[in-house]
Amino acid sequence: MTEEIIIAGFGGQGVLSMGKILAYSGVMQNKEVSWMPSYGPEMRGGTANVSVIISDERISSPIINQFDTAIILNQQSLDKFEASVKPGGLLIYDPNGITHEPTRKDINIYKIAATAKAQELGISKVFNMVVLGGFLKLKPIVDKQYIHEGLEHSLPQRHWNLIPQNEEAIEIGKGLIEAVQTI
Amino acid sequence: MARELKLMKGNEAIAQAMIASGTDGYFGYPITPQSEVMETLMAEKPWETTGMVVLQAESEVSSINMVYGGAATGKKVATSSSSPGISLMQEGLTYLAGAEIPCVIVNVMRGGPGLGTIQPSQSDYFQSVKGGGHGDYQLYTLAPASVQEMYDFVFDAWDIAFKYRNPVLILSDGAIGQCMEKLYTRDYIPRWTEEERRQHAPWGTFGKPASRGHNIITSLELESARQEVFNLKLQAKYAEMKEKEVRFETINCEDADYIFVAYGSSSRIAMKAMQMAREKGIKVGLFRLITLFPFPTKQLAEVAKRVKGILCVEMSAGQMIEDVRLATECNVKTEHFGRFGGIIPTPTEVLEALENKIIK
Repeated sequence: MTEEIIIAGFGGQGVLSMGKILAYSGVMQNKEVSWMPSYGPEMRGGTANVSVIISDERISSPIINQFDTAIILNQQSLDKFEASVKPGGLLIYDPNGITHEPTRKDINIYKIAATAKAQELGISKVFNMVVLGGFLKLKPIVDKQYIHEGLEHSLPQRHWNLIPQNEEAIEIGKGLIEAVQTI
Repeated sequence: MARELKLMKGNEAIAQAMIASGTDGYFGYPITPQSEVMETLMAEKPWETTGMVVLQAESEVSSINMVYGGAATGKKVATSSSSPGISLMQEGLTYLAGAEIPCVIVNVMRGGPGLGTIQPSQSDYFQSVKGGGHGDYQLYTLAPASVQEMYDFVFDAWDIAFKYRNPVLILSDGAIGQCMEKLYTRDYIPRWTEEERRQHAPWGTFGKPASRGHNIITSLELESARQEVFNLKLQAKYAEMKEKEVRFETINCEDADYIFVAYGSSSRIAMKAMQMAREKGIKVGLFRLITLFPFPTKQLAEVAKRVKGILCVEMSAGQMIEDVRLATECNVKTEHFGRFGGIIPTPTEVLEALENKIIK
């Protein structure tokens, strides 16, 4: 199994930390992982993205241009990465702020209204975990217990009291994701 | 500090390895994309645990000369920077080589020339292995291709530096520096005691006992006859490194019709391109350089005898390719492919370059 993922959105949406929690969970499950962020001018321009690879084998390049899954959280990222999803791959997006819907016909497309749901429940801080939950519902590549360990390793100990809230958000995300197009 | 499984950035791995390998001092000046090295050291506060000194200098010129001063006492002293900062250090580096001072320098390369860009690049190959500073000197140069190697090579660098009394350069780039991967940490190697330091570095300036003459650290010798003898000694040292300390990795080279030659992050991209080529039925191998100096000349020549073509992959306009052609004496079709200015080539581009420049 090798899953190549791009997560992209605005800075501050928790894109990098979502990738880190996913990667750390993979480490805990004894997978090979890599986490390659955009950094520098891209980040400073307001958009952030991270490529995460989780695999059973030694990972060749952490830098990739074709993805099994794209998790998209704003319009700029949708414009940039829709074409990079492998044929037959998966595109997940949050419809918040999206004016031009994805148009590919050869990929599976799902949406998750995580921004709206998180605001409604007053859990905007763990919005990214709602999105992660949606992804894990479709691709359960890491088990629940390892996500817990991944959270423990990603968060400083003083924030461990927030782990249950993060886990609840993941569960909310699992129920929130809906198919737009399946092939 | 013990053997543990972690997830961290290449830059963090450098910092953690410095602490764990018993480094006595780090002097640096922040520059993207390697600022996490000093950030991590400052956050870890090793001066409270191992006694390691961490100091931000006022410039890279200052930090390399702090390295000179500290390392002249036989202590394990290191610095890190990125391309423009390493350029500022070149005078210090040739002095360190000329005074035969062991030390470790890390370059997390970014695009140039000049201030260039803060994105990854590999265009400091010439600077690293063909001088940079003046005079006939060499830096033992290691090119890590993973976060684990960023960590492990710091330990290896100390061994080589003190074995040969020579500066060691770890030549990385922004991609490996910023990337997070799995890492197994090592048990802490305690910093040398005063007694151990005198054993490992009997040439150091740590106070003259009555029982011996002065230990003098200098790169100045105005008597040309003596300076030539000293140069011959340096050359003999470099020849011994070429004989004994060459490191490289071959993957799928046994049955390969074509090979990629690459180092650092380019070798990872080339590995992916190799897998894609093999899926298409093209027999491609990868010859990965681990030491850039000493260059694996003989070993590459041996592999090259069996292949129809070589594609050098480097994030530069084509620097390493000169040494590849020298190694093979231009007996095999050899071309360069790279992106530069901070652009990272994709595996697809690398495979296309192989098909268009070599196979066609």
